[in-house]
Amino acid sequence: MNGMLRTRGAAVKGFAGRHSIGIMLFPYALLFSLFIIIPVAAAIGLSFTDFDTIRRPGFVGLKNYITLLTADEVFMKKVLPNTIIFSMVVGVGGYILSFLLAWSLAQLTKIPRTVMAIIIYLPSMTGGVLLSAVWGVIFSGEKNGYLNYALLKLGIIEQPVLWLQSESTLLTIMMIVTLWSSMGIGFLAILAGIMNVNQELYEAAYIDGVSNRFQEIIHITIPSTRPQMLFGAVMAIVNTFSQSRVGTVLSGDNPTPGYAGQLIVPHIEDYGFLRYEMGYAAAVSVALLLLIRLSSVGAFKLFGSKED
Amino acid sequence: MTKRSKRRLIQNGINPTRFSRGQIKFYTYLVPICLIMALPIVFFFMNAFKPMEELFAYPPRFYVNRPTLDNFRRLFSISSSTTIPASRYLFNSILSTALVVTASLCMSVSAGYALSKKKFRLRGPMIEANNLALMFVAIAVMIPRYFVIAYTGLHNTFLANVVPLLAMPVGLFLIKQFVDQIPDTLVEAAVIDGAGDFMILTRIIVPLVKPALATVSILVFQLSWNSAEASMLFINDETLKTFAFYMQNLSAGDSSFLQSAAGGNSTAGAGVAAAPMLIMFLPNLILFIVLQSKVMNTMAHSGIK
Repeated sequence: MNGMLRTRGAAVKGFAGRHSIGIMLFPYALLFSLFIIIPVAAAIGLSFTDFDTIRRPGFVGLKNYITLLTADEVFMKKVLPNTIIFSMVVGVGGYILSFLLAWSLAQLTKIPRTVMAIIIYLPSMTGGVLLSAVWGVIFSGEKNGYLNYALLKLGIIEQPVLWLQSESTLLTIMMIVTLWSSMGIGFLAILAGIMNVNQELYEAAYIDGVSNRFQEIIHITIPSTRPQMLFGAVMAIVNTFSQSRVGTVLSGDNPTPGYAGQLIVPHIEDYGFLRYEMGYAAAVSVALLLLIRLSSVGAFKLFGSKED
Repeated sequence: MTKRSKRRLIQNGINPTRFSRGQIKFYTYLVPICLIMALPIVFFFMNAFKPMEELFAYPPRFYVNRPTLDNFRRLFSISSSTTIPASRYLFNSILSTALVVTASLCMSVSAGYALSKKKFRLRGPMIEANNLALMFVAIAVMIPRYFVIAYTGLHNTFLANVVPLLAMPVGLFLIKQFVDQIPDTLVEAAVIDGAGDFMILTRIIVPLVKPALATVSILVFQLSWNSAEASMLFINDETLKTFAFYMQNLSAGDSSFLQSAAGGNSTAGAGVAAAPMLIMFLPNLILFIVLQSKVMNTMAHSGIK
């Protein structure tokens, strides 16, 4: 009798437990599906159609992808090379820079470290709208823009330069601005990771013959902060690809002047919202997601744990 | 270990307690880098308080001579002459951000607890899916997102500012990593004492993961406060749009606001736009400075294993 009660009690509790898991997960899972899984699936689905928002979408097979790879001159000549340069400098370069900055900061005492970490993190809060206001003053095309004024004064240029509208300078400025604003949570994670490396590991390493700071970084710091390094890498990748509207924001135009600052996201907007070629825009989106996925696989290869 | 290398280690190690000469080399490059990082923001702070003649001044002056609140006043007066005042956009932003932060934290902490401490069949795949979604770039699939919004009836409603931002994979990830640090025995003891899941969640988990909640609230806050996407794509009704969207229109080169205020000079225009931008930026800054120690605490657990 007693035993039966106990089993029934356990059963009720078990049922309630299962129920509570469902309740706790449902809101997140629902919105996750609605705004992440379904859009990704829909993008993949749409990418095989010729959807133009007016007619019923028809299946066109791989046509959009073939167009993307063979017939989209802007994509091949401008968007792709721009994206490669931009992601190498901002993604890879920014990531290495964030590690070096975090490592250097870890060598300082608490108060200067905290102050400088906040200063370095600050720009990452200015994403999107704020970016153009902050940098607009400096790169303004008038002669009283800060950069123009400085260069005119030094006699390097004779006429004020329209920095943000010029094909030759836009991409460089985009990279400077994005690098400047890329020390976000990835950087903080790496800093926290380095701060938490077990001190004894360093002592042991010196006994084992590590003799300089460079060896110390390679043999102790990076392996011990692997998980944070990986998180930082993923954040760097995401940041690089989601900041890719910066050209449009800075120049105020989509497409950017002469496609000089055209990256993949503005290209999607160009086809999706300006030309309403949704099927093709979706194919470009899928290409972008694949690119992000590939970069992340690379990061996992570098820093992932050995068991995977 | 030689005596020399040991001394070196103590002096130059990670997180030293005292200043030593060995640290000077780090300052020689960190200080200039910090200046570069901070200068554009300082410029922009200065500009927000410059009177018109200083914004037009040639040569441009870095610092502000006679600080004034004119730029802020101009912002609110110009918009009161049009149909919708700036304060309306500001109110929309405050309300939607408050909703996003509250709802997103509640969702993430309950999901984080379930994924971390509960055993069920879909647990592995769900964690896997969320980790994969860390790489999700919303802007890449904005077109299908637009259709989801239209289909769910959120189009042109205030909630379109809120709902798409709620599920934030990085938020769930950070909270779950933090819940992982709480010993299972603590939860088991509570179960033996007869506590249900919701009791455990509110009485044990939430107080213990406060640093993670603080961090995630900063991230969610930034996401929502700076978001102009919903206003741009999902909402037509001008009275439902956010301050970030309003700012974006103000700062766009051809806006009538800047035309009338700065007469088409883009340097002066950027200065006039600096005032409203400061209103955008300050909440981010204050929140981060207040919560920064908690952020570092959370970040230590942020690794992907």
